[in-house]
Amino acid sequence: MRPFTIHTGIAAPLLQANLDTDQIIPARFLHRARDEGYGDQLFHDLRRHDDGEPRLGFILNQHPFDQATILIAGSNFGCGSSREHAVWALGDAGFRVVVAPSFGDIFFNNALNNGLLTIVAPPEILRTLADGLAADPTTPLTVSLKEQTVDGPDGFRFAFDIDPYRKQALLIGASEIQMTLQHRDAISSFETAHARRHPWLVPSLPTNTRKGAEANG
Amino acid sequence: MSRTLFDKVWDSHAITRRQDGMTLLFVDRHYVHDGTRQAFQQIEKERLSVRRPDLTFGTPDHYVATKPAAKPDPLFEDMVAALETNTRKWEIMNFGVGSPNQGIVHVVAPELGLTLPGALIVCGDSHTATHGAVGALAFGIGASEIAHVLATQTLWQKKPKRMRISVTGTLPPGVVAKDLVLAIIGRIGAAGGTGHAIEYGGPAIRDLSMEARMTLCNMSIEAGARCGMVAPDETTFDYVRERPYAPTGENLELALAAWRDLVSDPDAVFDSEVVFDAGEVAPTVTWGTSPETALPITEHVPDPAFIENAEKRRGVEEALQYMALTPGMALSEIVIDRVFIGSCTNGRIEDIRAAAEAARGRRAVVPAAVIPGSARVKAAAEAEGLDVILREAGFEWREPGCSMCVGMNGDIVQPGERCASTSNRNFAGRQGRGSRTHLLSPAMAVAAAVTGRLTDIRTLKS
Repeated sequence: MRPFTIHTGIAAPLLQANLDTDQIIPARFLHRARDEGYGDQLFHDLRRHDDGEPRLGFILNQHPFDQATILIAGSNFGCGSSREHAVWALGDAGFRVVVAPSFGDIFFNNALNNGLLTIVAPPEILRTLADGLAADPTTPLTVSLKEQTVDGPDGFRFAFDIDPYRKQALLIGASEIQMTLQHRDAISSFETAHARRHPWLVPSLPTNTRKGAEANG
Repeated sequence: MSRTLFDKVWDSHAITRRQDGMTLLFVDRHYVHDGTRQAFQQIEKERLSVRRPDLTFGTPDHYVATKPAAKPDPLFEDMVAALETNTRKWEIMNFGVGSPNQGIVHVVAPELGLTLPGALIVCGDSHTATHGAVGALAFGIGASEIAHVLATQTLWQKKPKRMRISVTGTLPPGVVAKDLVLAIIGRIGAAGGTGHAIEYGGPAIRDLSMEARMTLCNMSIEAGARCGMVAPDETTFDYVRERPYAPTGENLELALAAWRDLVSDPDAVFDSEVVFDAGEVAPTVTWGTSPETALPITEHVPDPAFIENAEKRRGVEEALQYMALTPGMALSEIVIDRVFIGSCTNGRIEDIRAAAEAARGRRAVVPAAVIPGSARVKAAAEAEGLDVILREAGFEWREPGCSMCVGMNGDIVQPGERCASTSNRNFAGRQGRGSRTHLLSPAMAVAAAVTGRLTDIRTLKS
């Protein structure tokens, strides 16, 4: 995971509520391999007309927001499908931070697992921020994870909360799997005790159906 | 200390807790589908292996072709083939295309008895919430988390808050679980359950069949919740017993004894409580681009002119524009272009029965397709002759899969077309670019198919 320490960039307001992962990246694009990147498909149908031409009314097609790396979003951002591609598309398109009043729970986890900082901020702060950006769109915001602050135009500043563990993982860019594997012994002993307490939860399937799986013959 | 149902299942899966409140949970069942390819790639890239293939089960659903004659797109075939390859490599049971057990993962796993009360279940799909219907703790996860579960059989989670939705009274005739859940989301909002685990309880929930409870729990995610649960009872035990992979003999006796304790203690405290009267629910449809835009079919499309809050007004205006609807028009005047019956919300045998009952002796006037949720549902429906009734009424009868719910297999609603759908999402572009989706129950979908507009099933019956 790409570490996150401090980031300065243009912020784009996209304040629509309930902006779901289907809109962040439509379902028809999900089969692409991860290393091919998803940035060009971010907000595809909001961003482009049917013939592929950019919709000029869409905020991310307007200067300076076409350079944005911070998204100021509406409530329940990233609701809907669990598709992590939504986070990949944001990251591949250069976004490092999304600030919103609330997030879809799965999206929120997906984002932090990929080094995309999700900041929850009250609607009043977001409105003030959006108003400030409307007056002064070219002044970048600075987001410091270490200080847990966002600094904007005219000395505007707010502090945000983040889970301390998530913060640590983001700061060093740690892979969660590697960190969990340090708990290997605890997992193994739990596994044994759990199977003893709940023997019905371990499926006892004939080994000949186990290997090779059903439809594989 | 008294605990909720959720707490009991959570606590019995907690391996370790960190100071910051994150808990490492043990996973009893990990379901993988044909959209899981990137997670398997991550495992290989990081040179890890699958820790518990015996607790991992696969079936392709999102990308499978559901039109038997259609030549599938090679890109989609690749996704299905990748699941075959990955499950074979890791010796994971895969109910592949052609298997009598293939289908939508959230339909297949309960009907096979893989989904059990008190189990902790995850899957890379938000509608994993479905499995909470049997009293399991089940939630959807992202690709990184799938890789994490494959490698460790565990998942870090922050304990959600607990919300209880008590449903009193009884559902009126012609009103079903789909109407109830749409009405609930209409009331609490698409973010109403964010950060919460919902427990559904009360007499109206006790009266629901297992399959109806699955419809209800399935859409918990559309209320923003992490999961939905119903405490297991005799209805649950009768459903689970005798399923092919359910425990048997002494194991079943042990299980039943443990499952009977899976209820919230009488004095358990919930972070929030909602009380809902089932008697007030009418057949419900959505008009907009979020499931929270649910209204009784007897109502009218909202008029933004009467909305004071500027942000809400703009939201309604945008949704009306996308959906091409006139403010104030009756919902029953909305003319539809096609009908889709299926999905993990409403692709089970009871849903097909309800559809066939409504369709019997009638005729669809717009293209309408019924896509069974699984090969078992398809076989059961055919054994009961439901496919014949539906075909005679002009409905297309297809192969199992997710199909037009999300259109990942190429079955999409054309731009500008309006679809009455038994699925779970009406987001802009969900069923294809420019598609317009109205969510409703299977019987209501049939009513729409035979009249060509959104129609109150109760008026159709009289």
